Amino acid sequence: MDTIFGVPTGALFGQLLIGLINGSFYALLSLGLAVIFGLLNIINFTHGAQYMLGAFCAYFLLNKFGLSYWWALVVAPIAVGASGVIIEKLFIAQLYKLDHLYGLLLTFGLALIIQGVFRHEFGSTGLPYAMPGELTGGYSLGFMFLPMYRAWVILASVVICVGTWFVIERTRLGAYLRAATENPALVQAFGINVPRMITLTYGFGVALAGLAGVFAAPIYQVSPLMGADLIIVVFAVVVIGGMGSIMGSIVTGFGVGVIEGLTKVFFPEASNTVIFVIMAIVLMIRPQGLFGQR
Amino acid sequence: MQHGTSQTSAERDEAFEARLNRVSFIVLVAFFVVAPLQPFVDIYPVFLMKALCFGLFACAFNLLIGFGGLLSFGHAMFLGMAGYVSAYTAKSWGFTPEIAILAGTAAATLLGIPTGLLAIRRQGIYFAMITLALAQMVFFFCVQAPFTGGEDGIQGVPRGKLFGLLDLAPTMRMYFFVLAIFLAGFLLIYRIIHSPFGQVLKAIRENEPRAISLGYRTERYKLMAFVLSAALAGLAGATKALVFQLASLTDVHWTMSGEVVLMTLLGGLGTIFGPVIGALVLASMEFYLAEIGSWVTIVQGVIFVVCVLAFRRGILGELEAWLRRRPRKAPPAAR
Repeated sequence: MDTIFGVPTGALFGQLLIGLINGSFYALLSLGLAVIFGLLNIINFTHGAQYMLGAFCAYFLLNKFGLSYWWALVVAPIAVGASGVIIEKLFIAQLYKLDHLYGLLLTFGLALIIQGVFRHEFGSTGLPYAMPGELTGGYSLGFMFLPMYRAWVILASVVICVGTWFVIERTRLGAYLRAATENPALVQAFGINVPRMITLTYGFGVALAGLAGVFAAPIYQVSPLMGADLIIVVFAVVVIGGMGSIMGSIVTGFGVGVIEGLTKVFFPEASNTVIFVIMAIVLMIRPQGLFGQR
Repeated sequence: MQHGTSQTSAERDEAFEARLNRVSFIVLVAFFVVAPLQPFVDIYPVFLMKALCFGLFACAFNLLIGFGGLLSFGHAMFLGMAGYVSAYTAKSWGFTPEIAILAGTAAATLLGIPTGLLAIRRQGIYFAMITLALAQMVFFFCVQAPFTGGEDGIQGVPRGKLFGLLDLAPTMRMYFFVLAIFLAGFLLIYRIIHSPFGQVLKAIRENEPRAISLGYRTERYKLMAFVLSAALAGLAGATKALVFQLASLTDVHWTMSGEVVLMTLLGGLGTIFGPVIGALVLASMEFYLAEIGSWVTIVQGVIFVVCVLAFRRGILGELEAWLRRRPRKAPPAAR
């Protein structure tokens, strides 16, 4: 068998693939956080819980209503996004005049409530979600086996991330959004309903988390705390990338995922902590983050 | 004239605050001395010791957020790491309790220096995220490191003999030892807050660019506050490990970091006694509502939301505001 740096190529590419999968989730989640932060100036601690909600939504759709994975891909983000709109209207909208830290505390409290309720109902053990039939199996690439579902998740995440980047950076709607990030009062003076835009932006960012949850359901088990630890890693990703640019959070997400995967091959003991170590190094060299502006 | 009146009102405010603090301190000490001894209500000393440890932990956390304006979301790393070190040195190396606690506190202080240096490079929300991420790294370290005992933690830690003489196994002796540590830590924090250093810290919290332009090297002050806060959180954690004779992953987990934020928020951010009250409330919730099990998290989440939306000054902050609004006994002349 071929080896690279003393490691079998199969294992290397296998971990690389897992890294890309994790990177997809990091990218989708940190993208949502960045979009929300841009306009609302809050860090959405509920993001991990909303990712979990997306996965549970897919689970219920399949097991209670018999709606397939493909339906879940559409319905779950809309449902999670709608719940986000309600959360923004009811709670977050009251905090815009206060220190941004209160937004963090509020969303942390909401995450505790949502995760607590689900853990009370479903316990801590995971529920299995069947792989959609169309995406089972895989391709043999000669040097490794590529499961179809994983290829699909990576591809779909890239498309969604790039699509979001395109909408925000290259369309009129995105231009309003960026303008409102710079100066909401001025944009409002031009007759654009900024509060509604803020609500919908939060809904969209949260919907991305819900979508990531649907992607995750067949790979990981559906469990109430699946997003709790993930969100902390995503925070580190956000610190590494800085929240200055949309593309930055996408690139950082995938990049960090790949580095984490490679660490599992070469130095498995550090695979849990490598992202935090990268964060520490970035903070020393470039505190505003790789893509952040001062 | 106007200047004169405003100054006297400031002076009156200061005198009022000093009086309030004195009364509160006496009430606090009286409560913790009488509570375990009185025969009327069953209050477990173990529960009170937990409240004291949490209270000191919350006061240490409050030093950073309430007076330095820095929200740390990773303070569990200091509590937990100090707990591990004090439990390990007491159990495996046979350290006496005071030395074990000092060792734990020193470990937290040493951990506070690099994490503080990294975290103060950013502010506000980023500071919170960085501390949370660093604490998660420490958590994973504790999961893997051999000396922490992994999932089991370090169990059956001996409380030992204080200075090698006084056996701390009897609960009431341990209780007054813990109370003494708590009061020492509390008074130290009070002293820090009211020292020139504390005043500079408040200035940085209110307006950092201005403090810089006045010639203060704000980075150093922030680092100093961070390390002090870490050390005192470590003191609480090291003591807690000896009280419960256990050091476990619970104390390093991010949920603990969240809990200390909640205690402080509930009691009153930036008040001196508020964190102790918040700690008492949270400890009693965990102790007496243990049967509701998984609901504790939900209740905590609800308290968070209610505090942020409607109750931002916390229990003590609201109480103080109410006392201030009340007409004073001898109102000074109008001019």
